[in-house]
Amino acid sequence: MYRYDEYDQSIVDARVDEFRDQVRRRLAGEITEDQFKPLRLMNGLYLQLHAYMLRVAVPYGTLDSRQMRMLAHVARTYDRGYGHFTTRQNIQYNWIRLDQAPDILAELATVEMHAIQTSGNCIRNISSDQYAGAAADEVADPRPWAELIRQWSTFHPEFTYLPRKFKIAVIAAEEDRAAMRLHDIGIRLTRRDGVLGATVFVGGGMGRTPMIAHEIRDFVTADDLMSYLEACLRVYNRYGRRDNIYKARIKILLHEIGPDEYRRQVEEEFAKVKALGIDPPAAELARITAMFAPPAFDPAAAGDVADRSDPDFAVWLDQNVRAHRQPGYAIVNISLKPVGGIPGDASADQIDVMADLAQRYGFDELRVTHAQNIVLPHVRIADLKAVWSALVDAGLAEANLDLISDIIACPGLDYCSLANARSIPLAQKIGERFADPARQRDLGELKLKISGCINACGHHHAGHIGILGVDRKGTENFQLLLGGSGAEDVSLGRITGPGFDEDGVVDAIERVTDKYLEVRETGERFVDTYRRVGMTPFKEAIYG
Amino acid sequence: MAEEAAYLHFRDDSPHEEPAVTLDSFLADQSNATAVRVEPGDEARALIPHLDRLALIEVSFPSFRDGRGYSTARILREAGYRGELRAEGDVLVDQIPLMRRCGFDSFAPAAPIDAAVLQRSLARYPQPYQKAADGAVPVWKLRHG
Ligand code: SF4
Repeated sequence: MYRYDEYDQSIVDARVDEFRDQVRRRLAGEITEDQFKPLRLMNGLYLQLHAYMLRVAVPYGTLDSRQMRMLAHVARTYDRGYGHFTTRQNIQYNWIRLDQAPDILAELATVEMHAIQTSGNCIRNISSDQYAGAAADEVADPRPWAELIRQWSTFHPEFTYLPRKFKIAVIAAEEDRAAMRLHDIGIRLTRRDGVLGATVFVGGGMGRTPMIAHEIRDFVTADDLMSYLEACLRVYNRYGRRDNIYKARIKILLHEIGPDEYRRQVEEEFAKVKALGIDPPAAELARITAMFAPPAFDPAAAGDVADRSDPDFAVWLDQNVRAHRQPGYAIVNISLKPVGGIPGDASADQIDVMADLAQRYGFDELRVTHAQNIVLPHVRIADLKAVWSALVDAGLAEANLDLISDIIACPGLDYCSLANARSIPLAQKIGERFADPARQRDLGELKLKISGCINACGHHHAGHIGILGVDRKGTENFQLLLGGSGAEDVSLGRITGPGFDEDGVVDAIERVTDKYLEVRETGERFVDTYRRVGMTPFKEAIYG
Repeated sequence: MAEEAAYLHFRDDSPHEEPAVTLDSFLADQSNATAVRVEPGDEARALIPHLDRLALIEVSFPSFRDGRGYSTARILREAGYRGELRAEGDVLVDQIPLMRRCGFDSFAPAAPIDAAVLQRSLARYPQPYQKAADGAVPVWKLRHG
């Protein structure tokens, strides 16, 4: 894991001091709310329906037990005992007091954490593959590159007042577990003639106008990456639209001028920027990479097999545990989606339990996933049973990874001031309707995603089944979408037809899944069947 | 009442007083002017052939949210401009450190700036992560020499 040195620490400490000063000026009335807003947003502090919401960065979703315990401490001390893990691999607290926010940041800084650039029109927290360093299919660990980009983008003087927010993801495998091509910039590491480099995709995003990122550069080496990204961002900062907030993301610029013209402008800018000497030396990437060295796996673990005699444990093993590249080890997914719960929520006590398990059984590492779950990336197979038992005791052993109840949902109208509809109660209803675990497993991989409004924080466009809350003449209404995907088979969902009320959309989902069971062929996931048979049979089933 | 910063000029020479002409007029018929004003949508690179004759380039910020002027500043500095580079308009105290890094060395904010707050913000960050136009040594350079 990355460890701060004195430079990193001094920058984060300076930020705490700066924010304390900004809050003091606001509380003293020296600056207006309008002037304070971009400052607090740059620190992840939003004013929501009932209180301030603080979003804390978890860079590329990686943290250790000490940091995880700090998240529990913040939940307990400054919130109502809960934290909410987000689709950007961060954590949000929904009940924060403005005057306490600087103290929270000061506490976070003691464990190398912060809320820098978790909102605002700047480069946001870099996201990555939650299985980084554990997956067999990666060409390298993507996180050293993500860390390099984190440093370059932190307080970047030129790109702090962009037309709109800017999200970057870095992955290093063919299987895309981070929705890379739905980011403003998506980077996939790849090897060419033995040299590690990056393929750069630009212009993806969800929101009101979802788009899939275009490949803009097939190969950039680490030596050129910062110059190249600087060129990508500069073209956007200068020419991205600023007249209409809904057209301000980079995807619209690419759509309007076309990927070829964008590429041409970037190359032209890159030629100039490259001469400035802004790329860190290879030694910097090497320094960071050394900190992501694999943990000290025990070679004797290679022969381990899990005892499957407990049927509940066996079900969890099959559903939530994934193969690790190191023989004798496994990747554990902890579902934060219990039936009837709030997707992504964890109590302070649960957060502590996960921290303890990581420390005891998982080389002290945890990951937050964009599907709002937690991962223990390196667990010895012989320890899986003990981990599972502890998770059962903590109410964290739901065996539903990638099943219909593993729902991604944004906070919606219960918290969010932009919402049209309540996502959380709907997620709970769907979870209850499909509560039978055997039925869920029969339905197989089915990614269901709910957004409370067109901003698409719940990734509804990328759901195999997506739900979008809209406002219809003052009442909450839900549109249903089918066929999206955020993975390597990326696609955007299509709306089925007229929307539904809350119960109506749950019924419609059931008709869709019934239809799927009726027409699927062997081995087909829901989304495969949809792609084969198209929208019509599902439409007929729904609207009949 | 907090003390206002009277002096937002970070150069050895004194602020250039000649009123700036618009970029369009400069390019069209006032090429003997020594001060030019650049709006957010203007193509700053059009000034590159004339930089050595200019004493002041004033970059306008109609709204503090519009960050195009930051790129304008860097482009002009990267092209070798050494004259006064002034940020004018809706410029807030918390933005000045970033603007300094982009190469601005003169400020004409529409609203008064609290001198003490500005002093604190300029002194706050010990070193930046990235190399920019201000000559500050980035962290990677400090780490690796
Ligand atoms: S999708 Fe809309 S309702 Fe949901 S969190 Fe985002 S802005 Fe709020």
